[in-house]
Amino acid sequence: MPANRFNNFTNYGIGIGLRVPHYQHILSQKPTVDWFEIISENFMVDGGRPLHVLDQILEQYRVVQHGVAMYLGSTDGLNRDHLRKLKRLVKRTNTPWVSDHLCWGSVDGRYTHDLLPLPYTFAAAGHVAQRIREVRDYLEVPVLVENVSSYAEFHASEMTEWEFLSEVVEKADAGILLDVNNIYVSSQNHNFNPYDYLNHIPHDRVGQIHIAGHSKFEKYILDTHDHPVLDPVWKMYAHATRLTGPTATLLEWDDRIPSFDEVHREALKAGKFCEELVRETAVT
Amino acid sequence: MKQPLPELSPGVKKLRAIQRAFATGTMRPLTADLRMQTKWADGKPARQVVAGFIKPNDRLSSFERLEIYNKQYWFRLLDSLYEDFPGLRTLIGEKRFYDLSVAYLMKYPSNSHTLRDLGDRLEKFLKGEPRWIAPHRELALDIVRLEWAHIVAFDGEALPPLEIDALLDGGDPAKLRLGIQPCITFLACGYPVDDYVLAVRRREEPRGEASNAISERLKKRKTGKKIAQSKSEKIWLAVHRSDNGVYYKRLDPEAYLICTALRKGLPLQAACERAFRRRKMDPEFGATLQKWFTQWASFGWFCRVE
Repeated sequence: MPANRFNNFTNYGIGIGLRVPHYQHILSQKPTVDWFEIISENFMVDGGRPLHVLDQILEQYRVVQHGVAMYLGSTDGLNRDHLRKLKRLVKRTNTPWVSDHLCWGSVDGRYTHDLLPLPYTFAAAGHVAQRIREVRDYLEVPVLVENVSSYAEFHASEMTEWEFLSEVVEKADAGILLDVNNIYVSSQNHNFNPYDYLNHIPHDRVGQIHIAGHSKFEKYILDTHDHPVLDPVWKMYAHATRLTGPTATLLEWDDRIPSFDEVHREALKAGKFCEELVRETAVT
Repeated sequence: MKQPLPELSPGVKKLRAIQRAFATGTMRPLTADLRMQTKWADGKPARQVVAGFIKPNDRLSSFERLEIYNKQYWFRLLDSLYEDFPGLRTLIGEKRFYDLSVAYLMKYPSNSHTLRDLGDRLEKFLKGEPRWIAPHRELALDIVRLEWAHIVAFDGEALPPLEIDALLDGGDPAKLRLGIQPCITFLACGYPVDDYVLAVRRREEPRGEASNAISERLKKRKTGKKIAQSKSEKIWLAVHRSDNGVYYKRLDPEAYLICTALRKGLPLQAACERAFRRRKMDPEFGATLQKWFTQWASFGWFCRVE
């Protein structure tokens, strides 16, 4: 199941996020990496160093675009200027798919620059699904939606988060970027069993997986991306890959970023789970 | 450039109402001890309003759950302005810069998908509310203009540059119009703010990137030696990009006149005549002019007029 129509029938293996502190190392040492994920918005600019670096990376590596500002759940009209810039970047990177979050972040033209949770209602699911279809039609590449970590729940919700995610992707006929760490964070913040989440989503729609570290506070967990992946998340990842098959996986590390080699080593741990799974499958 | 809002179904109207309430709470300024305000925008108790749409759990009240987002909003946006305007921050001090940033974001909340644009109305804000930069109004405005020009130069648009031969072969100078690269800004300043901002930037770390991770707190940074305030001195600057680095190039006043005239769309001859009026007694000025244009073309400043 690793290659499917949601990841454009690719089998990308283990990637890491392309981050500024690693530019020099990557360009000079040219380490072997399956692929890099870029934050689209960092490169949706008109010129300068970001695009210069990206072009050099593209000469050597496969790149996948991940967005943080599409705000698929917003009730403002889709930002056509944003989409135009995103499509220009899609053509530049030749990304096999584009992902963004199942969230909102702007209202009445004011941007919060955050990934805010949606109430899990049928109306919201229909609204988001319609926007995903519009975005995919415009970009002409598969769109994956990522589950966000959250710290609040709404009285208005009519279903669980995994039911909502399933409802959205089925209505939009879209893929899922399954963030295992986000499921864990939200499960701790909202008292649900994260394995219920993993077990009840449409596994054949998962085109990519995210893993990351988080920070534990007294009363809640924050999705900080500033640590190695913690043990409960690795266990969930192992379970997820059994359900989905070995899937393109990306380690996110966005704050207190250590050396490239340390980030890469951490990411490659995911590969071991996938290799084990392949061995098991071969035996059975 | 947004699409007009389509007619919303009742369910989506409810979604919009929830989003407006959530954004109202998220974007309200924090208290002095970095907590969410206990009163809502309309004066009602915030706990009561928030409990109306957010569920509590066994550890956090509805208010405390929204407060996490409220803090993250301010931490993220204040951090971005903190990185983008180190010169202004150094000039007026950290505490005042913090207060100014909050006031600015209240008056001009972000209207762009990227944090890169967050400071695009800061000059306008400070001109309207100069109390934030008193008694350094002119110096502070020069710094803000330069720091915004730096952002534009860093990743702004650059069109294919025109070579010097292409310039000279352009035909009648009375009609020839040269484009200036969109990422270049020309500034006339009352203070040597280039030296000041460079000194500040050398002291600080480079800017970060957008990601979907969240901060645990407002980052505390080390500040080094105090940087001496500039004394009044007229300077003219081109803030430009070369080999993907941003540079502040000082210009003669006549060079500034020519460049700004070209940017306004004046033909080459008319632009140069503005400078000649100031330097008509200088017999070497023709050679100087040629040297300037050769240098500017080598920097890639010129492009075709679109």
